[in-house]
Amino acid sequence: MTDKKKGTDSKTYKFDTLSLHAGYQPHKNAGSRQVPIYQTTSYLFDDVDHAAALFNLERGGHIYSRISNPTVAVLEERVASLEGGTAALATSSGMSAIFLAVMTLCEAGDHLVVSSQLYGGTVNLFRLTLPKFGIKTTFVKPRDTEGFKKAIQKNTKGIFGELVGNPGNEIMNMPEIGKIAHEAGIPLMIDATYQTPYLCKPIEHGADIVVHSLTKWMAGHGSSMAGIIVEGGKFDWMQNDKFPTMTQPYEGYHGLSFAEEFGPTAFTMKARAEGMRDFGPCLSPQNAWNVLQGIETLSVRMQKHCSNAEKMVKYLLEHDSVAWVSHPSVPDHPDHDLANKLLPNGKGSMIAFGIKGGKEAGEAFINNVRLASHLANVGDTRTLVIHPASATHSQMDEATLKFAGLSHDMIRLSVGIEDIDDIKNDFENGFRAARKPRLVSNQ
Amino acid sequence: MKFQVNNNEVYASTGGRPFDKNKPLIIFVHGSGLTHMTWVLQTRYFAFHGYSVLALDMPGHGLSGGESLKSIEEMADWISDVIDAVGYKEASLVGHSQGCLVTVECTARNPKKIKTLSLMGGAGAIPMNPELLSLAENNDPKAVELMMDWAHGPAGHFGGHPVPGLYHLNTGSMLAKTRTIKNTLGVDFRACDNYKNGFDAAKKIKIPTLSILATDDKMCPVKEGKKLANLISGSQVDIIDNCGHMMLLEEADRVLKVLKKFITTYYPVNK
Repeated sequence: MTDKKKGTDSKTYKFDTLSLHAGYQPHKNAGSRQVPIYQTTSYLFDDVDHAAALFNLERGGHIYSRISNPTVAVLEERVASLEGGTAALATSSGMSAIFLAVMTLCEAGDHLVVSSQLYGGTVNLFRLTLPKFGIKTTFVKPRDTEGFKKAIQKNTKGIFGELVGNPGNEIMNMPEIGKIAHEAGIPLMIDATYQTPYLCKPIEHGADIVVHSLTKWMAGHGSSMAGIIVEGGKFDWMQNDKFPTMTQPYEGYHGLSFAEEFGPTAFTMKARAEGMRDFGPCLSPQNAWNVLQGIETLSVRMQKHCSNAEKMVKYLLEHDSVAWVSHPSVPDHPDHDLANKLLPNGKGSMIAFGIKGGKEAGEAFINNVRLASHLANVGDTRTLVIHPASATHSQMDEATLKFAGLSHDMIRLSVGIEDIDDIKNDFENGFRAARKPRLVSNQ
Repeated sequence: MKFQVNNNEVYASTGGRPFDKNKPLIIFVHGSGLTHMTWVLQTRYFAFHGYSVLALDMPGHGLSGGESLKSIEEMADWISDVIDAVGYKEASLVGHSQGCLVTVECTARNPKKIKTLSLMGGAGAIPMNPELLSLAENNDPKAVELMMDWAHGPAGHFGGHPVPGLYHLNTGSMLAKTRTIKNTLGVDFRACDNYKNGFDAAKKIKIPTLSILATDDKMCPVKEGKKLANLISGSQVDIIDNCGHMMLLEEADRVLKVLKKFITTYYPVNK
């Protein structure tokens, strides 16, 4: 068993190459160099035996585009390869990826331990919607590592969090929290949207399931909604009796045990076979293709995003109109050392800062920037700003806002890849306007 | 399902159907350091089409108890013991890579018990690269990376396989890391390296035999596979192009098609 020509160094493709090629073989697709868009609902069966085998998971292939689609499958394999995962399942949005992951893991009566610093929509899913399905949540502040341990109950089925919290940039100690989860026999699920696998591969640091809103940096151009669930393949579902829907015979597929049959890909197989079949948040092939275009340049864009972000951090720290700046690259950021360990390729392009003058100044700033776009998204190639307390997190009450680490003076900045001088000049317009109300009141 | 062989617990996937002693038995034997899960794209089909299937975890591998067996000859005898333990007098064997050495030896030793033999990525001998062997015996994860690198053909490195969303290079690596590398891969590699009886064993085989080989298989090249097949009277050879050593995953559908035709012809459900 040898390959004399290759020597003993692994020659598997590396990140930048996988970003362009993984999941696709042109010779199986009429030689098309670009991934084709399979704009179809369904796929011909060879014969009755072939159809039955596909429906019964006896062989791989496509049946109906709600369950799988060849263009979407390329995206799934590509992201799995970049994350170091065994398998992936793409969905119509990041939120549907989280919902599907939770519904694959849990049933009524189950409990989750969840970081309190999350995108507002995610908070509402855990706080308000999942309880309607009988799934309850205990929120823990992301830096309170021991708090995650204390919050685990007998019926807890997993720990969930954003590696770097939205919008406060507090970082979960993922390796330690992963150990806590594994000691309790439950998986760690991480939303790594802010990082992309270019900055961090959570599976290498103890995560078992990774979710992304691909809408953000992965697609990168603000054009298309998409989400994905990636499976690490290390979690042993059969180690305890906490996950009967993974380990016990499933009536929906003639007594199939997902864990026994599919091992390191069991979670993805269940999420697809059951979740996509029953909930159906499928990704359109056109959007999958759009995301693939983005991923082709992921590493190049992330380098520029991170470099611009660090320049903006320096600019904001030195600015008279800025009360505080939160970004993991700042040496006095409480999680700076942890960020250096988990995010060696860059600390991301999300900055939170407080503007002097509070809410009024914040509103004036946002209303007067012209290059930066005021909208509810992050991870676009263009620079984006928003006032979370009045927008993305506006459905939270005061107590929840405080627990989530939000303040009324906070501006959330998603740094784009424009020329850095143009972004700074634009911000000067915003700061100038933000100072005006105070100048008037002082006269 | 779990059962006992030589006082150790054995795990075998039954392909998603209850094990039924009234149906003909097919036993799938995995390659070095791997588990029953490598066969998922073949076993379910046969299990749902009239056969009883056992995709084994070899001792010390996957979900099976005991320690890894140290020689191909011991493994061959163990397969025979498995057939006895589940109450059968005969079976059809399917092997991949190291599993080919095991099933060839088992068939030569049990000419009346084994009814058909299907070999995937097989050879009469599998001498190990000394550095790869050393890495595996020293529990170095690099051994798994190298094995997965060499085991996949150029096309396989890109992915784009039949099961949507699965990235096989990482899945294979994870399978090979389910237990301690030196106790599975290390022991298996040494057993392969030590085994010298493959060609003599092949000469004794008189049952229907199929060899599925792959043009881009660097670990058990077509030339070596043919050399083995030529020693087995009347054996069939099927060569899959643009595919590497992990053919049962890389080209699962094509492998299943060939295997289906062979087994249903020579070991039919209604014998």
